[in-house]
Amino acid sequence: MAEATANGLGQHTLHGVQAHDPAATGIAPAEVHQEHPIKLYLVVWAWLFILSACSYLVDYVGLQGYLRWSLILIFMMLKAGLIVAVFMHMAWERLALTYAIILPPILVLVFVAMMVFESEYTLFTRTLFFGTEP
Amino acid sequence: MADATLTHTGQAQPRPAGLQGVAADWSSDQRAFKNVSWGKAMMWIFLLSDTFVFGCFLLSYMTARMSTRVPWPNPSEVFALHIGGSNIPLILIAIMTFVLISSSGTMAMAVNFGYRHDRRKTAILMLLTAALGATFVGMQAFEWTKLITEGVRPWGNPWGAAQFGSSFFMITGFHGTHVTFGVIFLIIVARKVWRGDYETGRPGFFTSRRGRYEHVEIMGLYWHFVDLVWVFIFAFFYLW
Repeated sequence: MAEATANGLGQHTLHGVQAHDPAATGIAPAEVHQEHPIKLYLVVWAWLFILSACSYLVDYVGLQGYLRWSLILIFMMLKAGLIVAVFMHMAWERLALTYAIILPPILVLVFVAMMVFESEYTLFTRTLFFGTEP
Repeated sequence: MADATLTHTGQAQPRPAGLQGVAADWSSDQRAFKNVSWGKAMMWIFLLSDTFVFGCFLLSYMTARMSTRVPWPNPSEVFALHIGGSNIPLILIAIMTFVLISSSGTMAMAVNFGYRHDRRKTAILMLLTAALGATFVGMQAFEWTKLITEGVRPWGNPWGAAQFGSSFFMITGFHGTHVTFGVIFLIIVARKVWRGDYETGRPGFFTSRRGRYEHVEIMGLYWHFVDLVWVFIFAFFYLW
């Protein structure tokens, strides 16, 4: 049975089925088993709580302007990164899969840029034809 | 083993590190994700497509909000709850966020205990995850009821831009549907774990294929994705 690691980062990866003979159970020897110390999950869990509390506090305290938006985005990206990297085990996956999954969503930003132009144009024409009063 | 040989190559292929390795994997014959099982790879690809679905929803919300001349309702006030004589902004949403993050944590634990072949703990943690998910959906139903009684409709609301209602119902409704389906599948997989299907290799009722404890992890991928989407909805819709 292969002691398969996903990539160079897979130092935690263990194979968990050595006690079970795959031929007897019919269970295929696993490709890569993701088994990490429980402490890691608890630490990430705690951080997710802290970051959520922080982003809630941004609203509760009533910060406005660029400070508000940059804080919201930073907390959001940190939370998303922790969930994908640790909870979804992306940090230990094979790099070919990681790139295939992580890169395409970034292209959504192009779509965002297009729609920003589009909505500014729509707002411009609406203001032009209907005036500034709602 | 005969049924498994078609879909899995057994062990990781040696390959160069970094981007060269990625190119080597992708340009090799037939199978790009060498040591990643098809189940996990397909779940990831499904989640990628789902990312685009939610991406489009959030984009349409952004477009509606940016292009309207009418002021957008302040989510901080709209979603405030009147508790103990004062309005606490977004409190229900904050609690929902914490409930969903807690469920993500219990799910991660369930995956861990699954690979340790601890059936009891895995099943209990998965059921706990499902319970937290059901709590989340319940709170969302409460929130919808509250807003509907206050007069929010997909075509208008008392506070400002009409698109607020349609964006809100579309985005949170689709997310709530995902959570609901997640709860159903969590219960199904938890039952399989509890019964020991993944130890005995009992064929699945639908696919007739033998399951593995990796199914718990694949289920976990979906559940964490639901939490991930909520992170973005929370930031863009409720806090922005």
